[in-house]
Amino acid sequence: MTGSPLSEIDRPNSYIGRSVPRPNARRLVAGRGAYVDDLRLPRMAHVAFLRSPHAHARILAIHAEEARRAPGVIRVVTGRELAAHCTPWVGVLHHLKGLKSAPQHAMAVDRACWQGEPVCAVVARSRAEAEDAAALIRVDWEELPAVTDMETALDPATPVIHPDLGDNLAFRREHVGGDPDAAFADPEAVVVEATFHTGRHTGVCLEGRSILADWNPAEERLTVYQSTQAPHMMQTVFARHLGLREGQVRVVCKDVGGSYGIKVHVYPDEVATAALSKMLGRPVKFVADRIEGMVSDIHARDHRLRARAAVRRDGTLLAMEVDDLTGIGPYSVYPRTSAVEGNQVVNLCGGPYVLKGYRAKTTVVFQNKTPTCQYRAVGHPIATAVTEGLVDLAAEAIGMDPAEIRRRNLIPDDAYPCTSLSGMRFEALSHHKCLARLLEMMDYERLRAEQAELRKHGIHRGIGLACFIELTNPSPFMYGIGGARISAMDGATVRLDPDGSLAVASGVTEQGQGTEAILAQIAATAVGVPVERVRVVTGDTEVTPYGGGTWASRGAGIGGEAMLQAGLALKEGILAVAGAMLQARPETLDIRGGVVVDRASGAERLPLEELGRVVYFRGDTLPRDLPRELVATRHWTPKEYPFCFTNGAQASYLEVDVETGFVRLLGHWCVEDCGTVINPMLVEEQIRGGVVQGIGGALFEHCVYSPEGQLLSGSLADYLVPMSGEMPDIHVGHVETPTRESALGAKGAGEAGTAGAPAAVQNAINDALRPFGARVLAQPFTPARILAALGRI
Amino acid sequence: MDRFVAIRLTVNGEPVEARVDARLHLVDFLREQLDLTGSHVGCEHGVCGACTIRVNGEIVRGCLMLAAQCDGAEVWTIEGLTETGEIAALQEAFVARNALQCGFCTPGMLVAAAELLRREPRPSRERIRDWLGGNYCRCTGYHAIVDAVEQAAAALHGAPAE
Ligand code: FES
Ligand code: FES
Repeated sequence: MTGSPLSEIDRPNSYIGRSVPRPNARRLVAGRGAYVDDLRLPRMAHVAFLRSPHAHARILAIHAEEARRAPGVIRVVTGRELAAHCTPWVGVLHHLKGLKSAPQHAMAVDRACWQGEPVCAVVARSRAEAEDAAALIRVDWEELPAVTDMETALDPATPVIHPDLGDNLAFRREHVGGDPDAAFADPEAVVVEATFHTGRHTGVCLEGRSILADWNPAEERLTVYQSTQAPHMMQTVFARHLGLREGQVRVVCKDVGGSYGIKVHVYPDEVATAALSKMLGRPVKFVADRIEGMVSDIHARDHRLRARAAVRRDGTLLAMEVDDLTGIGPYSVYPRTSAVEGNQVVNLCGGPYVLKGYRAKTTVVFQNKTPTCQYRAVGHPIATAVTEGLVDLAAEAIGMDPAEIRRRNLIPDDAYPCTSLSGMRFEALSHHKCLARLLEMMDYERLRAEQAELRKHGIHRGIGLACFIELTNPSPFMYGIGGARISAMDGATVRLDPDGSLAVASGVTEQGQGTEAILAQIAATAVGVPVERVRVVTGDTEVTPYGGGTWASRGAGIGGEAMLQAGLALKEGILAVAGAMLQARPETLDIRGGVVVDRASGAERLPLEELGRVVYFRGDTLPRDLPRELVATRHWTPKEYPFCFTNGAQASYLEVDVETGFVRLLGHWCVEDCGTVINPMLVEEQIRGGVVQGIGGALFEHCVYSPEGQLLSGSLADYLVPMSGEMPDIHVGHVETPTRESALGAKGAGEAGTAGAPAAVQNAINDALRPFGARVLAQPFTPARILAALGRI
Repeated sequence: MDRFVAIRLTVNGEPVEARVDARLHLVDFLREQLDLTGSHVGCEHGVCGACTIRVNGEIVRGCLMLAAQCDGAEVWTIEGLTETGEIAALQEAFVARNALQCGFCTPGMLVAAAELLRREPRPSRERIRDWLGGNYCRCTGYHAIVDAVEQAAAALHGAPAE
């Protein structure tokens, strides 16, 4: 009726592409957020967990008598007691062939497998009293040998953490594309090789993981207020492991103080809290404090990669080979599994380039450290650091400029659709456009000249480039086909209220990205009302359509498309009623600025509040058989491609003090193509936040363990995060190649910044160090590592 | 020794009398006993700045000060500073510039930034970065926060001097 669907987002008064401020921001700047720890319920109790002080130890006995008598204590529950109320889980996905893991309980039953695993729970009137009592519990431990070094995890001499599994191998996958052997044997090939490390690090959400579980025995219902990215997934998890039907569980997710993938997993202490509420028949709250967060939030990116590339002297890249090893802790995390990160490395290395041969292998091993799992940009920062590191090594080996070698080898912008040698299908990417725009924004030639000039004065600056792809909008091929109840589909409901305003609800969630803002923009645009008249509800399994939540940059691409379709459907319903009221054919009408107008002339015919008044209160005046549905719900899931892909390019400009090893960041640029940009300001802020998270891993953040498996960087005094003083201004540019799978065309922007930043920083540092013949490839690139590379310590 | 200490203070301009556990942090007192949940707790060891509040005209970390130390003190939190309108220009700029994502760092960030603008009407970007160097934000990457503080300074005091 209205021409091609795409025109619906380009219509008059469209909010698509406009930097509208977020409706929920005002509340947050006034200190009126509602994070889980801000919520209080009648009879609410608090739980503190006693955690294993050992990386691997058998529990011989737990002496809790004194704790049970301590002031304020309501109940002390051991892992064995809790196991009677809560079933264990196994974090595997069937499509990741061979992936294995052991059953994991909410609290350790016989044996603790990492330092920080919950062992015993104390529920008390206050958190302080619960902690006091937990300190009175004595555990008789029998220490067991800890497996901490992933390099030796598979050696026959190394103890097997879970004897039932036979060995410490969780997963292995090897993929060969094209003919890597022939490419490496090419007579003209120059082969470069190196070993890269990405340091184990973690998300450090400013708000710790938090949950308030409220079992109501009279209703037999569990209401869980949780700081999570995936309320519907958690509904399933609580139901399944507490012996409830999904319909008995409601998960409510109010404000979330940062998540970045950290809060999309199933955590033993959180499931235990829900079980404790059910056991006690009263609300129980758990908020992870910083130090317990550091040992119990998932870690990520603990990888060692041996890699090589073949390049011809004319700059043609021929092949890449990557051998990845990663340690994931003692369990594969439920339900997404801890094999996905390594699997992504295999999928993504070499991704931006035309290659003739590709071989990649990942080996995923168990160890007695905090479990690792998906964290913002899963696998991408690793794959990009290796790929872009190899490209720079190749450029150096043949004496070519790093920008030039990329220009020669990036997949041409007119080559799509195409499939990478790793089997990834690309619908449409824009590497060359992005790189060209990046070089122009940063004034590459000028920076090169400045770098050369300053070198003469003993000032060592470096320029690092990184091109990348980013996987977004996963279809059921990511988790669903592996047997996990993680929805790849999301729904949206749009309702017209009598006052002409819209109440909309979505299965995707808000953790600060601006999800609610873009959903409001889309609904306002689709229906044709001012954006101020849209109210958005997310994060409540009871009132929103079913959905997967917000992760893998899927909020805009999947949740947004569902909202667009729901809005268009509602508009059709409204115009049917308006047509009857105005004696006009619906296709001659439109809705603009909250008013039904004549489509051709724009003349105002009927305000929506008048239509609302008549439909809701004076339906008697409308034709008897007129449909009058003023609510529409639509769902959307990607069907044509297993994943959407975005792409982009980043650059870092920095200075290395060769006396101290300190790195000073001078500027960072990112050009990304996230398809249709719904709100440029929000996209740019996603990029900037992501870039700094990537820089954190590249320069500072590191979960350092002793050989016995003790975490040595458990506080923010030891685990360094990026602070404002060290961070540069970050310049963001956009290229838009909308996906044709959806009418909206949005591909997602949440992870691009993190995907490329470490590689850009790595290449810039090595560019600065090049005159010294020095190079660092193990993140984080600390002053000590830089000085060691320079041979100064 | 009595574990509990009687204190009288004003919080956001209102008189408060309380008996507090000697070990209770100021930020826990505000959050748990006065329901002033706008001040947040991010580390409880003085690094993140989420708990930044104003006590007797100085900004302090609410997790490094005990409630028992606040007898006779004048305490201002994000709630009170919002009501008086004192930080309205900063709040306006933070919203307009999207200088917050999850918002968890924001109250502390605003209280710290307000103190900077009280002392130095026209700070440079470097100075803003430096001043806020003790307030951790995981979401924004800081750039937008620096922009917003600059914008608020311009709104309050005119464009920065060259
Ligand atoms: S909570 Fe006080 S500085 Fe982090
Ligand atoms: S906005 Fe989330 S921590 Fe700053």
